[in-house]
Amino acid sequence: MTALALQLLQMVLVLAAAPLLTGVVRKVKARLVGRRGPSPLQPYRDLLRLLRKEAVVAENASWLFRVAPYLVFAALWLAASLVPTFTTGLLLQPTADLIALVALLASARFMTALAGLDIGTSFGGIGSSRDMMIASLAEPAMLLVIFTVSIVAGSTALASVADYMREAEVGLRVSLAMALVALIMVALAENARIPVDNPATHLELTMVHEAMVLEYSGRHLALIEAAAMLKLLFYISLIACIFAPWGLAAPGEGAAVAAFALTAWSAKLLLGAIALAVLETSIAKMRVFRVSEFLGGALLLGLLAVIFLYVSRGI
Amino acid sequence: MKDLYFDTAHMLGAAVLLLSFALLFQRRLSGVINTFAAQAVVLAMAAAWQGFVQGAPHLYITALVALVFKAVAIPVALHRIVRLLMIHRTVETALSIGLTMVVGVALVTLAILLVLPVTSDSAALTRENLALALSVVLLGLLTMITRRNAVTQVIGFMSLENGLILAAVGVSGMPLVVEMSVAFAVMVAFIIFGIFFFQIRERFDTLDLHYLESFRGERS
Amino acid sequence: MNAVWVVLGIPAAAAALLALVPNHAAAGRLNALASGLTFATSLTLFADRPETTHLLIIDDFNIYLVALTAFVSFTTSLFSASYIHHEVEIGRLKAANLRLYHSMYQAFSFTMLLALTANNLGLMWVAVEGATLTTVLMVSLYRTHEAIEAAWKYFILCGVGIALALFGTILVYLTAQPSMGEGMAAMTWSELLPRAHEFRPQLLNLAFVFLLIGYGTKVGLAPLHAWLPDAHAEGPTPISAVLSGLLLNVALYAVLRFKILMAANAEAIAPGRLMIAMGLSSLIFAALMLYRRRDIKRLFAYSSIEHMGIITFAFGMGGPLANFAGLLHMTMHSLTKSAIFFAVGHIAQAKGTQKIADLRGLTATHPALGWGLILGVLAIAGLPPFGIFMSEFLVVTSTFARTSFYSLLAIPLAIGLLLAFGALILRLQGIAFGEPDGPGKPVSASLLPMYLHLALVLAAGLYLPAPLVEWFQTVARQLG
Repeated sequence: MTALALQLLQMVLVLAAAPLLTGVVRKVKARLVGRRGPSPLQPYRDLLRLLRKEAVVAENASWLFRVAPYLVFAALWLAASLVPTFTTGLLLQPTADLIALVALLASARFMTALAGLDIGTSFGGIGSSRDMMIASLAEPAMLLVIFTVSIVAGSTALASVADYMREAEVGLRVSLAMALVALIMVALAENARIPVDNPATHLELTMVHEAMVLEYSGRHLALIEAAAMLKLLFYISLIACIFAPWGLAAPGEGAAVAAFALTAWSAKLLLGAIALAVLETSIAKMRVFRVSEFLGGALLLGLLAVIFLYVSRGI
Repeated sequence: MKDLYFDTAHMLGAAVLLLSFALLFQRRLSGVINTFAAQAVVLAMAAAWQGFVQGAPHLYITALVALVFKAVAIPVALHRIVRLLMIHRTVETALSIGLTMVVGVALVTLAILLVLPVTSDSAALTRENLALALSVVLLGLLTMITRRNAVTQVIGFMSLENGLILAAVGVSGMPLVVEMSVAFAVMVAFIIFGIFFFQIRERFDTLDLHYLESFRGERS
Repeated sequence: MNAVWVVLGIPAAAAALLALVPNHAAAGRLNALASGLTFATSLTLFADRPETTHLLIIDDFNIYLVALTAFVSFTTSLFSASYIHHEVEIGRLKAANLRLYHSMYQAFSFTMLLALTANNLGLMWVAVEGATLTTVLMVSLYRTHEAIEAAWKYFILCGVGIALALFGTILVYLTAQPSMGEGMAAMTWSELLPRAHEFRPQLLNLAFVFLLIGYGTKVGLAPLHAWLPDAHAEGPTPISAVLSGLLLNVALYAVLRFKILMAANAEAIAPGRLMIAMGLSSLIFAALMLYRRRDIKRLFAYSSIEHMGIITFAFGMGGPLANFAGLLHMTMHSLTKSAIFFAVGHIAQAKGTQKIADLRGLTATHPALGWGLILGVLAIAGLPPFGIFMSEFLVVTSTFARTSFYSLLAIPLAIGLLLAFGALILRLQGIAFGEPDGPGKPVSASLLPMYLHLALVLAAGLYLPAPLVEWFQTVARQLG
C-alpha cells in the first residue's frame, strides 16, 4: 500500500480508536473498584450527543474561545497521526520529529490555557495557571527524555528511533529505563491523570484540565473531549513506539505484516490502558503544590538519564 | 550475554541510587522507612546478581543478610518504635525538597567526576558500580545532614552503609571478612540505636533532634 | 599457643565474663586483673614475636603500641576501680549500669588491640568500628541529657568517618587487585607493602584522601573534631582517659599504616602535605579554643586535639627526625594525658563539679591531687624536663631540617605551642593556687597510676634508654 493510503488509514484509525481507549480505561477502573461501569463504547455516544447539542457561548467570549477547540483538536489529531503506530512508512514521516511533536502538543496546551482565561471566570484562571505550572516542569522533563533517546538512537526522527530500537542491540540500558519512567510521569501529568489531576472530579478546586474547559458545551466540548482522548492515545503510542517497537511494519512490507502490526499495536494500547487504570485506582491524587515535586522528580530522572548516558559513553 | 550482565548490574545499582533520591523526597516517616526497606531489597538483588556473575557464592550470603536485616528486621523494628514512642510523623527538612534534589544531583555528578578518571584501567562494570556506590554514600550523607528527625538520621546512615555494600560487592573478589563485618556492624549499630531511642524517649518527649541540639555544650 | 592470641583472648573472655558479674566492686577488681594479665602477656611479645599470619601481624611498628595500650589500659582500670566506687557511693551511677561499663571496657581493650595487630585491612576496619561502638555505649553511661547528646554526636560523626574509611579501604583493594589478584592477598598489609609501587597512583591518592578524612575523624583532627570535646566531658573520666590516651593513637596508627603504603609508591602524591595542613589547623584551632573553656574536662579534650595535631604534623613532615618526634610524642601524650585525667577525675569527684571557676586552691585542700595536676599540666604544656618538651623540640627542629618553605612552618607551629602553653598555665594558676572555696570531700583516690605515668614521662624526658631510641629510629625509617 502506498504511503498516502497508509497515512490516511492511520488518521482514521487513531480517531476511531481514541474514544474506545478512554472507554476501556474507564471500564477497567470501574471494575477494579467493584462497580459494573459504563460500556467501553460510551465515549462514542457521549461525543455524538455533544455534537448534536447547541454550543452555549458566554457573551464576552472572543473569537479565540470559538476557534480554540478546532485548533486544539487539529493539533492533537495531527500529532497522533504522525506517531508510527503499526508502520513506519507513512507519508508524513519526514515531519514526524520528536521535537516537532512536542511543539504541536505545546501549541495545543497554549490554546487551551488561553481559552480558559478568555471568559474571565476565576476557575478558568486557576486551571490555566496550574496547567502552565505543570507544563513548565513537564516540558523540560520531556525534552530531556527526548535528548536521551535521540542520543542513543542517533536521530530525533521518530521513525529512525523506532527502527533503531527495534533492530539494534540496545539491551537493557539504565538511561533508557530512567527515560521511560520519566516519560510515564510526564504522560500522567499531561493527560491530567491521577496522581496529578483527577479527570472525573466534580470539585472545581481540585481541577486542572477540567477547569480550563469548564465553559465549553456542545460541539466545542465534543472537540475538546476528542482531543483529550487523542492525547492519551498519542502518549501511549509514543511510549510503545520508542520503548516497545516490536511488531512495527517497515515501509514496503506486505499486508499480512501490516495486519500483524495492527494487532500488535492494539495489544499495546490495551496493555497501556489496563496499566493506567490499575495505577489510577491504586494511588491517590496529590495536593497541587506537591505536583511540582512530582514533576521535579521526572525532571531529575531525565537529568540522571542524560548523566548516565554520558557516563556509559565515556567508559 | 556479557552485555546483559553489565546492564542488569548497572540497572540494579541505578535503582539503589534512585531509591536514595526517593528517600530525600519523602515527607512522611513511614514513607522513609518503607523506601529504605525497598532500597535494601534492591541491594540484596544487586548483591545476588554480582554473586551470580562473579561466581562468588559468599555474595549470596551478603544478599541474604541484607534482605533479612535491612529489608525486614530493621524496618519492622523502626515502625514499632515510631508507633510506640508516638513520634511526630512528618519529616522536618532543613532545605526544601526541591533544593535538596538539586544538591543531590550535584553530589552524583561530583561522585562520577571523582571516580571515573582515576579508575580508567578497571572493568567498566566496576567503575560504574563504584561511581554509583559513592553517589549513594554521598546522598546518604545528605539525608543525614538535611533531616532533623533522629529516625531519619539513622536511616540516612544505613542508606550510606548500603552504598558501601554496593561498592564492596561490585569490586570483584573482596573477601568475606569485610562483607560479614559490614553486616555485623549494622546489626550492632542498630542495637545501640535501640538503646538510644528508649533513652532519648525517657529524657525528651520527641525524637526531634532540634531539642537535642539546644544543648550547646561548647559554651562551657 | 601464640602469644598474640592470648593478648587478644584475655580481654574478649573478660568482656564476656564481666557481663555476668553483678557486684561492681568485684567487677572492678576483675577488670583490673584482666587488664594486668593482658599487659603482662603483651610484654612477652617482645621476647618472642609470633609469625605473621593473614589476619594478625606483630612488627616493629605496632609492638610498642600494643605494650603501651595494654599498660595504659591497666593503669586506667586501677583508676577506674576507685572512681567507680566513689560514683556508686554518691549515687551517680547504679550497679546495673556498671555491668555494661566493665564489660564494654574489656571489649574496648579487645577491639583496640585487634586494630593494632590486624594484618588484614578489613579486620582493622572492623576493630576500629568496634572500638567506636563500645566507647559510645560507655560515654552515655550517666544517662543525662548532655551525655546522650554527646554519645549521639559521637556515634553519628564517627560512624560517618568510619564509613568513609571503609570506602577508602575498598579503593585500596581495587588498586591492589590487578597486581595481586582477588581474594585475601589483596587485603593483607604485609603482602601489599612490597608490591605497593605497582599500584595505580591516582586511585591510591583518592583512597588516601578518604582514609585520612575517615580515620582522621576518629583522631579528632579539625574540622572533624566536633564529637571529641562532648564525649570527653560527658562520659565517665576513665573513658576520657582511654579515649585521649589510646583511641586517638589507634586511629592515627591506622592512618599511618596507609601512609607507609603510599610512601612505597613513588608516583602517589606526597600524603604528608595534607597531614601537615590538617595537623597545623588542629593545633592552632585547639590552642585558641583553650582560652574560652569553662569545663575542665573539655579543656583537656581540646588539649588532646592540639597534641594530635602536633603528632599529625610531625608524621606529615616525614623524615627520620620528625617521625621519631611523632612516635615519642604519641607515647608521651598518651601517658601524660591519661595521668591528667586521673587527677581531674578525682578532683571533680572531690569538688562535685567540673566547672573550672569552682575548682580553686587545690594544693591547699587536696595536696596530693593538686600537685599531681600541676605536674601533669606542666608536662602537657611542654615544659622541660618532661618528655613532651623533648618531642615538641624535636618536631620544631625537624622543620628546619627541610627546605625553606617547611622551615617557615616552624612559625605557626611555635605560635600554636605558645598559645596552648599560655592557656594551660593561666588556668592552672586558678585551679591549683588561689583561695579554696566550696565543699571539699575527702576522696579515696588511687594516686599510684597518676604518679606512675608522670614518673615515666619525667624519666623519658631526662633519659631515653638506648634500646628504646634504636627502636623508635627503626620505625621512623619504616615510616618514610
